[in-house]
Amino acid sequence: MRGSGAGALGRVVRSGVGRRRVQTVVIAVATMMAVAAAVVAGSLMVAAEAPFDRAFAQQRGAHLTAELDPVKASTARIEDTARLDGVTATAGPYPATRIHVVDAEGRRTPELLLAGRSGPRADVDHLDLTEGRWATKPGEIVLGTSFIGPAFELGSTLRISEAADSPALTLVGFATSVSETAAAWATPAQVRSLASKDAPLTSQLLYRFDPAPSTGEIGAYRTALAAALPSGALLGTQSYLDAKRSADEGAAPTIPFLIAFGVLGIVMSVIIVASVISGAVGVGLRRIGILKAIGFTPRQVVRAYVAQALIPAGAGIALGVVLGNLLAVPLLADTERAYGTASLSVAWWVDVVVAAGALLVVGTAALIPALRAGRLRTVEAIAVGRAPRTGRGRWAHRAAGRLPLPRAVTYGLASPFAHPVRALAMLLAVAFGTVAATFAVGLTASLSEVGSAQDPEDRAAVTAFTGMPSPHGGPQPTGGSEIPSVDPAQAQAAIEARSGTASYYGKTQEEATADGVSGSVRAALYQGDFRHGAYQMISGHWLTGPGQVVVPSRFLETTGAEVGDTVNVTLRKDTRTLRIVGEAFDTSDDSLEIHADLADFPSARPQVYLIEVDHGVDPAQYAGKLAAALRPLGGDAMANSPSERDNFALILQSMAALLTLMLVSVAGLGVLNSVVLDTRERVHDLGVCKALGMSPRQTVGLVLASVAGIGVLGGLLGVPAGFALHGYVLPVMGHAAGTDLPPSVLDVYDLPQLVLLGLGGILIALLGAFLPASWAARSRTATALRTE
Amino acid sequence: MTHVIELTGVAKRYDSAGAPALGPLDLRVAQGEALAVTGPSGSGKSTLLNLVAGLDKPTEGAVTVSGQRIDRMGEHALARFRRERIGMVFQFFNLLDDLTVADNIRLPAQLTGTPRRRAAERAGELMELLGIHRHARAYPGRLSGGERQRVAVARALVNRPALLLADEPTGALDSASGQDVRELLVDLHRGGQTLVLVTHDLALAEACASRTIHLVDGRLALDTRTEAVR
Repeated sequence: MRGSGAGALGRVVRSGVGRRRVQTVVIAVATMMAVAAAVVAGSLMVAAEAPFDRAFAQQRGAHLTAELDPVKASTARIEDTARLDGVTATAGPYPATRIHVVDAEGRRTPELLLAGRSGPRADVDHLDLTEGRWATKPGEIVLGTSFIGPAFELGSTLRISEAADSPALTLVGFATSVSETAAAWATPAQVRSLASKDAPLTSQLLYRFDPAPSTGEIGAYRTALAAALPSGALLGTQSYLDAKRSADEGAAPTIPFLIAFGVLGIVMSVIIVASVISGAVGVGLRRIGILKAIGFTPRQVVRAYVAQALIPAGAGIALGVVLGNLLAVPLLADTERAYGTASLSVAWWVDVVVAAGALLVVGTAALIPALRAGRLRTVEAIAVGRAPRTGRGRWAHRAAGRLPLPRAVTYGLASPFAHPVRALAMLLAVAFGTVAATFAVGLTASLSEVGSAQDPEDRAAVTAFTGMPSPHGGPQPTGGSEIPSVDPAQAQAAIEARSGTASYYGKTQEEATADGVSGSVRAALYQGDFRHGAYQMISGHWLTGPGQVVVPSRFLETTGAEVGDTVNVTLRKDTRTLRIVGEAFDTSDDSLEIHADLADFPSARPQVYLIEVDHGVDPAQYAGKLAAALRPLGGDAMANSPSERDNFALILQSMAALLTLMLVSVAGLGVLNSVVLDTRERVHDLGVCKALGMSPRQTVGLVLASVAGIGVLGGLLGVPAGFALHGYVLPVMGHAAGTDLPPSVLDVYDLPQLVLLGLGGILIALLGAFLPASWAARSRTATALRTE
Repeated sequence: MTHVIELTGVAKRYDSAGAPALGPLDLRVAQGEALAVTGPSGSGKSTLLNLVAGLDKPTEGAVTVSGQRIDRMGEHALARFRRERIGMVFQFFNLLDDLTVADNIRLPAQLTGTPRRRAAERAGELMELLGIHRHARAYPGRLSGGERQRVAVARALVNRPALLLADEPTGALDSASGQDVRELLVDLHRGGQTLVLVTHDLALAEACASRTIHLVDGRLALDTRTEAVR
């Protein structure tokens, strides 16, 4: 008996799924797209968080690394800071200094922080010795794993300068510090012996806090630390958040973006599934009544209607998981590069959680209308299924009838008011589709702005080199000791003598140190008319003369300084107090780059000249002639080609386009589903209209008009919501990438574009309604008139 | 004599292998004639009506209505033809529930592009003529069957059609309402309206029709002319 009941139920479910093909496809596709977006978002979140957090916990990483002056603060005084509020563990103080390492072939590394530790084990920053062994005696060095490569082999001898008599160190191991407390390690005695006047000895103390501090709390700890030590003893600090951000940088900005799309997808899926099932109940009242009349229990009716949603949703979820995994691959590959970790794949539990969550959401969305179906009284269901419609929406017909529009159009315009819930579901689908489109258009424009704002050097038409290797080919300069071979005055004279020169400025990049920053910073120094070298500014202004410095957001975050403050910058042996006049939008790489006038540092000379040419002058020809003048002097010149677009931005833009297409399609499918329901329900009325002489074109007009108002309203709601979402998500993405965003990146919409996006709502609605409209126009009038 | 309807060798098959639902049939209906089509269920009465109204196309033969070969027309032309030349009255009224009585009547005129004011005047005229003007702002669901059928007749006549087709116009009515509608159709015929009415109701056929054809299994079994009703 039970078996036969289950068989009958199965047949009802199968016939329901088969009969309502459009709804079945809509549920499957909507669920697939929502699940795909959620899998991508979830896998990226896991990939972005897990590797760093796991490694940091295993190594008991340092939340704060302080570099201290041992002359101003005694060891006892430094050790006393371990008792500061919130500190749960410390390591050190370790002696530290800065060195360059030169390999056997004379290749020189950038400046490295060398810390003296007797072993890798410690209560804080427990290093992973990945290759070789620890340095146990003077003359040995351990390098960070980022140096692993052909240039640095275990057992090789390294020197700390090009001089033949400079101290030699044998490379005995490679180690990883997740907190990036140092780039190299040696015994404490070795470190002390390498310190010099130019590279003074410092003390390094590592702190852990409980709980893990936020950015603001790190600032408070830094202030407390400075207050607990003699004035000037705290030379600089480094937060674990810098290391985390550096590690997360590749994937972290995508997270808010993917969450936004994932949430949009899931919300749309819920709306559409709920609308499809409630619509199926609404138009199937008579069928429900008949099922009950022939002996189906209320529970069986509920199960039948839930199953009709779960079968296509189950297929959609399975496809969505596969699609999500495929889409996540390029983004995960980028994350891999960011961490330098082993291959990342979508965590299996992300697939399981997303699939289970989607089933739960779909099941719940289906259960509510299904329960309504189960509760319907048999006689009522049959009677309601046959009775004429209620009087809902008549006022709309009266009002629309007065509009000076063709009657078929006014009849259609009033139709949605007969089914307010269905119209609301359709409205939400259109609005969410418009939100997705608006957000994606803004995101794409913002990413384009980011791309064009990042490297002002690329904006120059021509670059003249004063003897350094070309930045477009060969190795990059490694430090500040190289002297350009062309006399700047001669280079400038050659540029000024060349006809077609509109403006130019000189630029060099050197290593420097700045108060409050542990380790070195990169200083970009400008000479001449350097307005064209301006970065997009988040706050303040670009350099206008000597005594000023422009810094990136991370510099302000690291040092706790603000625009308007002063900072001591030391380049070679020149220390200058510069006023911070602007916060630059610079996310070009991990290092801190500050910008100042070259006049502040007389020992520096331009490495390149960046030249704007007059309108109509061919940069390539100009560069060729300038190069001919500079080569005899030891320089060169070349025209700049537009820089290649950032790969990551391209991936994001492609993802945005794909996800938008998916969500807009889902919105269109939602409209399609609602209009199919509506058209089926009105098939008899449409037949009457056609019998009275309504032409196929008028019928299409009627059906399209029934969604036009919803499209307009959906656009009006969706565009501001998409605008707001962009305004919220972009700054969050920027913070994840370690920067605020300038207005040029945030204010990317213009009025005509917003109007067009608003019209997108109508387009979604009309496209969704077009198929059922054509079907209604083609349907046979005689058949429609026989339909109950 | 001018024929409003001219069917030549018309047959309609719904199943290519089976017998035709209608025909082959030759039929001519003169202007001003009132033709009653009778016959048992499945005899092809509604099929004949659908072919004449241009709602369906014959499998064979030619259907000419008001001098136009409608079996060769496309959907757009058929729609125009219906709204200009044909008025239809159905057994179950087929009024649009969400439009008022006046709006229902005006609808075919508005579909032809008749100016709003003229459509309203014509609808008012018909409501007055058919005695339903007091229901102008009411919705069909609140009217009796007879009143609804009067609304349906008014709607059918709003574009002054050459031909009025009625499919079981009294089939869903009680006897008093049926009598009411019968008198209305007689009046229309007396006014010169060409009528084709499909009915099981022999009394209706007798009262309204100047000619009755009887169909059996899709074929013409009887064609009887009666005294002019008018």
